Amino acid sequence: MKFLDEYRDADAASTLVSAILRASTRRWVLMEVCGGQTHSIVRYGLDELLGDAVELVHGPGCPVCVTPLETIDRALAIASRPDTILCTFGDMARVPGSRTDLLALRAQGADVRIVYSPLDAVAVAARHRDRRVVFFAIGFETTAPANAMAVSVAHRRGLDNFSALVSHVRVPPAIDVIVDAPDNRVQGFLGPGHVCSVLGTSEYDDLSRRHGIPIAVTGFEPIDLLSGILAAVRQLEDGRSEMENCYGRVVRNEGNASARGLVESVFDVCDRKWRGIGSIPKSGYRFKDSLREHDAEVVFDVGDIETEESTECISGQILRGLKKPGDCPAFGTRCTPSTPLGATMVSSEGACAAYHAYGRVRLGEAGNGAERGQRLPLVSLSGGGDGARERGS
Amino acid sequence: MCLGVPGRLVELYVDGDLRMGKVVFGGVAKAVCLEHVPEARVGDYVLVHVGFALARIDEAEARRVFDLLETLGKLDDVGVP
Repeated sequence: MKFLDEYRDADAASTLVSAILRASTRRWVLMEVCGGQTHSIVRYGLDELLGDAVELVHGPGCPVCVTPLETIDRALAIASRPDTILCTFGDMARVPGSRTDLLALRAQGADVRIVYSPLDAVAVAARHRDRRVVFFAIGFETTAPANAMAVSVAHRRGLDNFSALVSHVRVPPAIDVIVDAPDNRVQGFLGPGHVCSVLGTSEYDDLSRRHGIPIAVTGFEPIDLLSGILAAVRQLEDGRSEMENCYGRVVRNEGNASARGLVESVFDVCDRKWRGIGSIPKSGYRFKDSLREHDAEVVFDVGDIETEESTECISGQILRGLKKPGDCPAFGTRCTPSTPLGATMVSSEGACAAYHAYGRVRLGEAGNGAERGQRLPLVSLSGGGDGARERGS
Repeated sequence: MCLGVPGRLVELYVDGDLRMGKVVFGGVAKAVCLEHVPEARVGDYVLVHVGFALARIDEAEARRVFDLLETLGKLDDVGVP
């Protein structure tokens, strides 16, 4: 497929890896912000190609992972109501709450529907005017325009039976938390390409200047990731700290004005709790007061929900780049994708789930082998091959 | 979660008050909302996330990484350490 296959070429990857090894005079610590980038790095084994030139640590960028347990429990409580249809993205449906998950609830008779687009949830609300239809609206800035459009369309069409349970997070405040921590190890970032396609690069310019740290805005394919790593390493070696857009085919510096405008018309910025990290000021979106009739937290009074997280789980340190999945004694034994203890294992894009999926489990401690996939080889375009299965982020 | 897949826009249409399009991903066609890419025309490649096109893919920018690779490849060929 055009714009995918050529960014997975083995020869191009090898040229970039040589350039990174050549440019680097010491081991630099870079963090990729986005869970899709983590998944791609581990899936293609890019981190293992970089030897002593670069250590990649994995950032907080998986919205499914950082959705608080109590929000998942709230979705479960809403989905249990008899007059209700809960619509969700597929990757959220499998995440366990305190007692059950949405798919298990559906097996017991609840009406839980997996949607591809938030507009599908609006269509469900139009078809079932006698039922309350709730969309579980999670995501980073990338997904916010789609979720905002769903609410806006439902409002315009008078669908008063449509509401959304919002758990939206914003990336830049999380980067502040990571860099400001006294024990921070991160020296440069691979910025989240698809987030920047919506919001543009100005916030990352600002972050880079304020913290004196390089940020290479990067895509999700192996060639994108390696060219972002090369750009960040060259900056570090030269003593520069700038925002550098390495994903120009998708990211305009000004972002997408239409998408950004819609988000600003539907949501206000608010403080938000991140699973594994805690509350981060101004790191989320909530409905504007004028749209509260579509806010599921207002429509449904599910009361306060108390939850308890595992005390053994080190996901908070993994999300901030302080530790790696292999540092956790529970990884691959007491904590697996089917029995996750915390944020970084609950979704396939979490760092622990990616390590588990692609065989980074310590020998003799493997969980259920059937859960694990094959790491993909990079494909030589001149030699053909079928390794380039579709994968964006 | 921020999965974005490039696909080719093959048809434009309107659904109620929404600009929509048919986008083909390696043989599979999907309905995609085009409200955020008013500049997109049939034949363009767009980046699609949860049923919404977020950007028209810029072909000239897409070539830049391969220009870089060509320069790096030449360095490899002359054995720059």
